[in-house]
Amino acid sequence: MWADVGIAAVKSIAVLLMVLNMSVVLLWVERKGSALIQDRIGANRANIFGGILPFNLGIVNTLIADPIKMFTKEDVIPAGADKLLHFFGPFLAVFPVLVTFAAVPFGDVLVIGGRTIELQVAALDVGILYVLAMSSLAVYGIVLGGWASNSRWALLGAIRGSAQMISYEIAMGLSLIGVIMTFGTLDLQAIARAQGAHLWGIIPAWGILYQPLGFVIFMIAGVAESKRVPFDLPEGESELTSGYFTEYSGSKQAAFMLSDFAEIVVVSGLATTLFFGAWQVPFLARDGWHLPGGVTLGMPQLVVAVLQIASFTLKVFALCCLQILVRWTLPRYRYDQLMDLGWKRLLPLALANVVVTGIVIVLVG
Amino acid sequence: MGPVTFAVLATLLVASALTVVLHPNPVKSAMALVGTLFLLAVVFVFLGAHMIAALQVIVYAGAIMVLFLFVIMLLNLQAEALDLDARRGGGAGLRVAAWLGGAVLAAELAWLFLHVTLPPVAAAPLGYGGAVAVARSLFTDSALPFELTSILLLVAVIGAVVLGQRRTS
Amino acid sequence: MVPTSWYLALSAVLFAIGTVGVLVRRNVIVIFMAIEIMLNAVNLTFVAFARQLGTVEGQVIVFFVMTVAAAEAAVGLAIIIAAFRNKQTVNADELAMLRW
Repeated sequence: MWADVGIAAVKSIAVLLMVLNMSVVLLWVERKGSALIQDRIGANRANIFGGILPFNLGIVNTLIADPIKMFTKEDVIPAGADKLLHFFGPFLAVFPVLVTFAAVPFGDVLVIGGRTIELQVAALDVGILYVLAMSSLAVYGIVLGGWASNSRWALLGAIRGSAQMISYEIAMGLSLIGVIMTFGTLDLQAIARAQGAHLWGIIPAWGILYQPLGFVIFMIAGVAESKRVPFDLPEGESELTSGYFTEYSGSKQAAFMLSDFAEIVVVSGLATTLFFGAWQVPFLARDGWHLPGGVTLGMPQLVVAVLQIASFTLKVFALCCLQILVRWTLPRYRYDQLMDLGWKRLLPLALANVVVTGIVIVLVG
Repeated sequence: MGPVTFAVLATLLVASALTVVLHPNPVKSAMALVGTLFLLAVVFVFLGAHMIAALQVIVYAGAIMVLFLFVIMLLNLQAEALDLDARRGGGAGLRVAAWLGGAVLAAELAWLFLHVTLPPVAAAPLGYGGAVAVARSLFTDSALPFELTSILLLVAVIGAVVLGQRRTS
Repeated sequence: MVPTSWYLALSAVLFAIGTVGVLVRRNVIVIFMAIEIMLNAVNLTFVAFARQLGTVEGQVIVFFVMTVAAAEAAVGLAIIIAAFRNKQTVNADELAMLRW
């Protein structure tokens, strides 16, 4: 029994570290990537200890200096703010985002010493529902952060943010129904395994082949859920001076930033699991390569597991880079355009997707 | 679940429910209610009802309570409007008596139900509480209530929109 | 495995808390929240008995209770907003417009 507890603890810590590390890497990619897109150099120096070091490590200085700055800043609570709710805002923003990754499988199995370990922190049979439940809890961080700050900008940002999040939750949930119908299960690991098949022996049966419209709707809704540009009106930097987290400083602001980047990773992780074959490498099965034409190459299970985890990480990273590209390319949506898109375009499209998927499933069988 | 887990969950549940009905600030009451609903979802998971637990968080804690918080923020209740109970006639003595009466009621009901004898619980059948089992029962035995519920939701949406409109007259 | 009667006792305590909340509090929104506590206590009873009997009918009933509670919350809060626009109060004693 203690071995099981130990394994579960190691898996949880590993997943948590993966999400946190990827958030920091994304911070780097965002600053340097945006610089590349905007034809400038970006952050490439920071003074450590008043310039003692004779060399400059480029953006690494910034990546070390920024968190140190954020965590050592004074924590200012505005006068008239509700202290308890102000304290809980960042916690409620970060917690659901980090916990969602518990249901996402990051590999197939790992066979160590006769013990088969599922590479998924929580093997839930209602995995997709759990994911949707956690994303609907993320609204509370925004609501509390804005309301408890006793500030005009924060309240406006909170109202816009929560209205946007609950509107796009619906489109996100509906886009997933097509995936559930295609694979016939709510279990994320089962969906990941089902994408290991190959159509006509060559093309990997990834979700995006079955549900292209579902993928598009899910990505748009996911970007809107995480309040990234072009949907960053709740945090409209040019309008609302940081919107719902205006009145936060120090480590609480760091928590909100972390929730922003972690949500990018979570949305990418889910899109990878449902639409891009999760940890599947084409033609790679648990015991080795099964190339078309009947050629099989045996490989030790450990190498297969490492390859699959690497494939998952690469796919998630690619989708994160896609989101960063989108951020620095598109201008911001106006509020009525945002609501219009969520209710009048994405929702009917997602419903039509469900209907068409149902018809195709009945016809093809 | 074991008795220790149950005791912890039960204490937390009762504490957050008491916070909902006792706290003068409606925003804190609403957040305490969110906590209560989340803890109840945890209890549902222990009772094997996975799908219902997920739906509890999605629907109740994730949507209905957001609506509550929206309305509280919209009405923008100021501090002096919050302690309404103090202005009610009858004074503090009547209020304390009412809460004590409630405590007696809760204790009596708890005692009654604790002494209900039921046969021991058998192991759950495979797939109990999962989406397939609930959906099979929902769409076959309860198909008519299911359709009626959709009409109910439509009526509720129309009613809420009409009632919430601003009359420009 | 905890005996089912423990769940029933917990549900009864929650129901009592909700009932007293409805009767004693004057803020209409808090009355509404106490009603939600009562509904959830009943949900707990249903799920506990479903587990006792080994069927899922209890859980299907909980599904319907949740749906009806959502509909009721939406309409009820809309009524509260409309009443607030007229009377600028959420005190149940002052929202006695239909009393004579």
